[in-house]
Amino acid sequence: MIISDFTLVEIQKWTKVSLLKLQCEERLPNILPGQFVQVRIDQSPSTYLRRPISVHNVIPENNEIWLLVQKVGKGTETLCELPVGSIVNIVLPLGNSFTLPCLRCSCQAQPTDYLLVGGGVGIAPLLYFGKVLQTQYNIRPTFLLGGRSQSDLVQIDSFQMYGDVYTTTEDGSAGEKGFVTNHSVLEQMTANKGLQVCCCGPKPMMMAVAKWAYAAHLNCEVSLENMMACGLGACLCCVEKTTEGHLCVCKDGPVFNINQLLW
Amino acid sequence: MVDLTTDLGKGLILRNPVLTASGTFGYGEEYADFVDFNKLGGIIVKGTTLNPREGNPYPRMAETPSGMLNAVGLQNKGVHYFVEHIYPRIANLDTNVLVNVSGSTIEDYVACAEIVNSLECIPAIELNVSCPNVKQGGMAFGVNTEGISKVVEAVRKVYHKHLMVKLSPNVTSIVDIAKAAEASGADSVSLINTLLGMAIDAAKRRPKLSTITGGLSGACVKPIALRMVWQVSKGVKIPVVGLGGISSATDAVEFMLAGASAIEIGTANFIDPSLSGKVGEGIADYCEKYGFTASSQLTGALLTD
Ligand SMILES: Cc1cc2nc3c(=O)[nH]c(=O)nc-3n(C[C@H](O)[C@H](O)[C@H](O)COP(=O)(O)OP(=O)(O)OC[C@H]3O[C@@H](n4cnc5c(N)ncnc54)[C@H](O)[C@@H]3O)c2cc1C
Ligand SMILES: Cc1cc2nc3c(=O)[nH]c(=O)nc-3n(C[C@H](O)[C@H](O)[C@H](O)COP(=O)(O)O)c2cc1C
Ligand code: FES
Repeated sequence: MIISDFTLVEIQKWTKVSLLKLQCEERLPNILPGQFVQVRIDQSPSTYLRRPISVHNVIPENNEIWLLVQKVGKGTETLCELPVGSIVNIVLPLGNSFTLPCLRCSCQAQPTDYLLVGGGVGIAPLLYFGKVLQTQYNIRPTFLLGGRSQSDLVQIDSFQMYGDVYTTTEDGSAGEKGFVTNHSVLEQMTANKGLQVCCCGPKPMMMAVAKWAYAAHLNCEVSLENMMACGLGACLCCVEKTTEGHLCVCKDGPVFNINQLLW
Repeated sequence: MVDLTTDLGKGLILRNPVLTASGTFGYGEEYADFVDFNKLGGIIVKGTTLNPREGNPYPRMAETPSGMLNAVGLQNKGVHYFVEHIYPRIANLDTNVLVNVSGSTIEDYVACAEIVNSLECIPAIELNVSCPNVKQGGMAFGVNTEGISKVVEAVRKVYHKHLMVKLSPNVTSIVDIAKAAEASGADSVSLINTLLGMAIDAAKRRPKLSTITGGLSGACVKPIALRMVWQVSKGVKIPVVGLGGISSATDAVEFMLAGASAIEIGTANFIDPSLSGKVGEGIADYCEKYGFTASSQLTGALLTD
């Protein structure tokens, strides 16, 4: 883990979401898909603690990370409006990761295909996940991305570089109308027992996806977003009650197999 | 060269006045990438109880202006697990490792302290009689002089190394409590633990913590902590360890000027995980700049005329 000052080199803004591209001088440590960073937001008593944000993409050759941030309060609003050139202090990489295929073992239970389901800003970690799957494992995942309306569905072009993209919106303004769990593409996927489902989004959505995957006997992982303070597994503030007792979402997670959870 | 050596008495000698506060620094290992442990006077590990504790339900944390509330509720795997699994990993860290001993009955405190007494590499315990997040006990002992005398006397009988007693700020007169701890055999007192507070989500019409109330910490509590350290250091002869909102070397110096012999860094570790390793040097810089040859000269050096 490192703690480093990053410079905001580019920012792209949509209505509720901004894409931040940040570079640091140091060489980045290896970052796994599903890991997150803790961002320091300065100059306000109401953003005293760091804010956890998923790694949206990594460009190792530029020591660059991308963050996709949605405005929900003071901290995320500040981040979304930062001027280019701003210095942002970041601790990274934190947490575990989504399960990747194991290149060394040949066990039967290996995932052969991936369905990556994202809702709202929960799509953030899935881009880097897709990139790693394609460039390091030669797997083209299927992305299923949902939002309330078209304006929630950002970065679709980037996702298309690494896999097939399907979308839903609650108001029908883009993709199929409804929730991700209603999408027609899911029907043909239940038969694929080598399919690994990975999901990140609002809790009700993750619960619905978990229920669907459980019923279809598919292996499924979700990425939780509990409130955090330290992000390092030191304070025990972010716990989730699991089959193994209270686990830290920041260190034992954020990615959990649905069989570990009590939902 | 400024001498940073800090002698808290009864064999507890720190290489500098900087400790990390219980519950904010895990077992030290979590911060290994950010802090050279040989830059610390010591680490105070998580609150440890005789039996394992699940802690309180989520949500256990709420951010507040320049601070946070927590209601972790002493989640830990119990002292036996600590002795078997954690102690071997951290016993040989290049710094003092202190155990924060917590409990809800006198028997629990005594049994836990007795076990820690047998651990060769632990030179001291910090007796937590002040946690606001456990239902019975904890703070009940720390809020009146009879309670604190009972628990400190009982632990003193079985604990033969340095006994630091951590005080609650949620009392009418913290000086009286500190005096009672001193009279009952404490070798030092540390203060403050968290202040009892509360946060509400108006939109949901619900408390933000599962326990409704919780402990306030962070920069916002510093003025209260500083005042209490000042008062207590006037009232007792044993060393005072100051904490509460310390976020920089200057903050640390302020606590020492108010009367603290050593300081602890707590919530600020979350904001800058590398902070605790830098404060010792910062204190030395201050000493050099203002003509002190040893950091111990700062203790109580406040000018009030
Ligand atoms: C592991 C992890 C990864 C995350 N990844 C991303 C990401 O890639 N992009 C992104 O935009 N956000 C992400 N989040 C959520 C993000 O951390 C919160 O939205 C942010 O901390 C809110 O800060 P704020 O100051 O804007 O809001 P605040 O003013 O603190 O709060 C505003 C509202 O947001 C809610 N809120 C606060 N913290 C969280 C949280 N952790 N989860 C859900 N709701 C919260 C509060 O309940 C409140 O109603 C992630 C969270 C976690 C734990
Ligand atoms: C998340 C959290 C957990 C804590 N756990 C303990 C504990 O187990 N035992 C204890 O004596 N104090 C505990 N404390 C209190 C701190 O050690 C310290 O007394 C308090 O936070 C004030 O200092 P600060 O403002 O520098 O954090 C905890 C504080 C926090 C924020
Ligand atoms: S946020 Fe501190 S343990 Fe997870």
